[in-house]
Amino acid sequence: MSVFNIVIAGVGGQGVLMASKVLAESALACGMDVKQNEVHGMAQRGGSVISFVRIGEQVYSPVVMPGTADILISFEPLEALRYVHYLKPGGMLVYNKVTINPSTVASGLATYPRDVEEQITRACSNAHGIEALSIAQKAGNAKAVNMVMVGSVMKNLPIDSLVVEGVVKSLSKDKGVDVNLKALSGGAAAA
Amino acid sequence: MKKIISGNEAIALSFGDSGGVFASGYPGTPSTETLEEVARLGEVYCEWAPNEKVGLESAIGASIAGGRSLATMKHVGVNVAADALMTLTYTGVNAGLILMVADDPGMHSSQNEQDSRNYAKFAKVPMLDPADSQEAYDFVRVGFEISEQFDTPLMLRTTTRISHAKGCVEQKEKIPVKVGELVKNVPKYVMLPNFGKLKHVEVEARLLKLQEYAETTPLNRVEMGDTELGIITSGVSYQHVKEAYPNASILKLGLVHPLPEKKIREFAGRVKRCMVVEEMDAIFEEQIRAMGIRVDIGKDKISYCGEVNADIIRSAAGEAPATVSLAPVENLPQRPPTFCPGCAHRGLFSILSKLKVFVSGDIGCYTLGALPPLSAMHSVIDMGASISAAHGMAKVNEIAGRTEKPVAVIGDSTFFHSGITGLLSMAYNDGNALVIIMDNRTTGMTGGQENPGSGQVLQGGSSKQVDIAALVKVLGIENVAEINTYNLAETEAAIKKGMETPGPYVLIDKNPCILRYRVKKPVMGVDQDKCTGCRACLKAACVALGLGSAPEGEKPKVQIDPNICNGCGVCTQLCKFDAMSVAKG
Repeated sequence: MSVFNIVIAGVGGQGVLMASKVLAESALACGMDVKQNEVHGMAQRGGSVISFVRIGEQVYSPVVMPGTADILISFEPLEALRYVHYLKPGGMLVYNKVTINPSTVASGLATYPRDVEEQITRACSNAHGIEALSIAQKAGNAKAVNMVMVGSVMKNLPIDSLVVEGVVKSLSKDKGVDVNLKALSGGAAAA
Repeated sequence: MKKIISGNEAIALSFGDSGGVFASGYPGTPSTETLEEVARLGEVYCEWAPNEKVGLESAIGASIAGGRSLATMKHVGVNVAADALMTLTYTGVNAGLILMVADDPGMHSSQNEQDSRNYAKFAKVPMLDPADSQEAYDFVRVGFEISEQFDTPLMLRTTTRISHAKGCVEQKEKIPVKVGELVKNVPKYVMLPNFGKLKHVEVEARLLKLQEYAETTPLNRVEMGDTELGIITSGVSYQHVKEAYPNASILKLGLVHPLPEKKIREFAGRVKRCMVVEEMDAIFEEQIRAMGIRVDIGKDKISYCGEVNADIIRSAAGEAPATVSLAPVENLPQRPPTFCPGCAHRGLFSILSKLKVFVSGDIGCYTLGALPPLSAMHSVIDMGASISAAHGMAKVNEIAGRTEKPVAVIGDSTFFHSGITGLLSMAYNDGNALVIIMDNRTTGMTGGQENPGSGQVLQGGSSKQVDIAALVKVLGIENVAEINTYNLAETEAAIKKGMETPGPYVLIDKNPCILRYRVKKPVMGVDQDKCTGCRACLKAACVALGLGSAPEGEKPKVQIDPNICNGCGVCTQLCKFDAMSVAKG
């Protein structure tokens, strides 16, 4: 089995790292080798965040090279556009349609591209936008966007969905289990 | 059972499993999680030191007292700890001592890209360079064995992609903790010149013994494959080499100082082209060339700057990259990190930006005040330099007949780290700068660690909390005042007063970090009838603010995202039309 590459992009504070952890733990639970890597440090300060999860029989580098991702999950449309070149030809993109202004836009130094979704579709023929925030809110917590996003790609992973659900259960705290599982299935239904 | 953990977590886990007794260090990306994880595991004593030098020195004391010890820091922290390191190499250890240093090639969150392998060579100490989490785990254990066998401190070096990358780790059997005797041994631990001279001879002899060890240890491994291309590498570069050339012959170095000369010579002799793949400096290549061994591909093809990857390696070997990707989409708005909504730094930098003063900055979240639109920080060098550099500037301003006082901005943790001595110099040498200490009672940029001002310690529980104002006064600073940077008018008046009063002047803001202490205030809203779309509030660089859509020919008005706003009220004070207030409902 060749290495399956997942890239997860978003904005600091959105839960990209937790989503990465769920995918990595799920791969491990299936007996596969896995490497997961993101660059953090300033991540909580609203900056752009990118995380890599690589799954396979044997995985060497923790880094996904541009042009090699099987799946790109983006928690925000502008970040989808920023990292779309990580996808391999035919690779799948799922993105949350809810936009978050970068500080450069908030302070009037730049404008948010109004045609962001058209640009995404132009760059990737296999792109799917979902309303992750409202799905998360319906599940019971706006912060469960990360689980919605994991759910949205679940059936496209080389991992059994039941394993992912099991990992989410084990990683969630008390009340969070129900919300996270609902978010997961909400995401799966949306994509 | 295997676990997926980061390199930092693996080092912490192995420290506990390998008889570790004492750990200290100072937070610094990408090293920080190591000590945090030692604390979380809860088996071994650990603490935050005010700086890396203190951390290493405390670890030295722990080693002399017979406990296996660990000091953790980022690459630039070794500069601070280097004074201790350069003589520690002479004294050697009692129980094993590991200095864990995390380098940051690519400068994901650092001010420079220095290569710590230089320090191993400089200090003549062994250095291990793990290539994944499992090796990070294993190398702590073997590191203690080397440290004790050769009576030397050992450096365990990671890079960002080792410290923060997660991989599968198999835990080993736990070694029971054994604490040795505290023995008085003056010639070993007192480095007066006469003892130091004898010790230096021992250090040179030790290095030769370590070289012999390097030839035979399985830490340095030859993987013979296709002999057309042979690659000498270490650390995460090994993983990139395996991606680029899974079938090439590889000499993978785990012990990267001292180098195994015979092993390298033999390996280079067996391959047609010899390539050296290393991030940052040409440490291997220069030594290998000095041995008279040929290097066919090295730093002539691989940059000294940034990280290595599989495509860089392939192209260095003269091949096209294996992957052809789309060009990145151009001209997208950048998304740099910024002050959190509600952060107390925002008010301060709004005023500093308005006053257009020269701001001598420091290392911390507040360094983001240098970015537009605030653009209110004009020099940032190293930890503590804000104060000492402002002092030098003030002296030259005086010589040049310039009247403006420079302003230094520093956080609480950085002040404790190495700002105190700069302020002492300013008081002692009749300085003339305004120093603003942003005391948010946490080491914010690295994720909110405890420090001597937070009243808490790493393993939980309360501790003595330093009184910064009192400390500043005993250093000899007469003018000390407290400010509240959420109040812009008051802050502006205080800064102006500090600028106008001759001599050193210190202002202290004591608003806590809203992220660390989870401060939540009522959110603000914008009265769309009153907003004129003048954009004055946008200068606060808050991501909760944004422009709405407007009909053709009209100015778009400002909106506040209630999911992001944290109610600090800075924007309401920047608004001249009274359009912002606490949102209703």
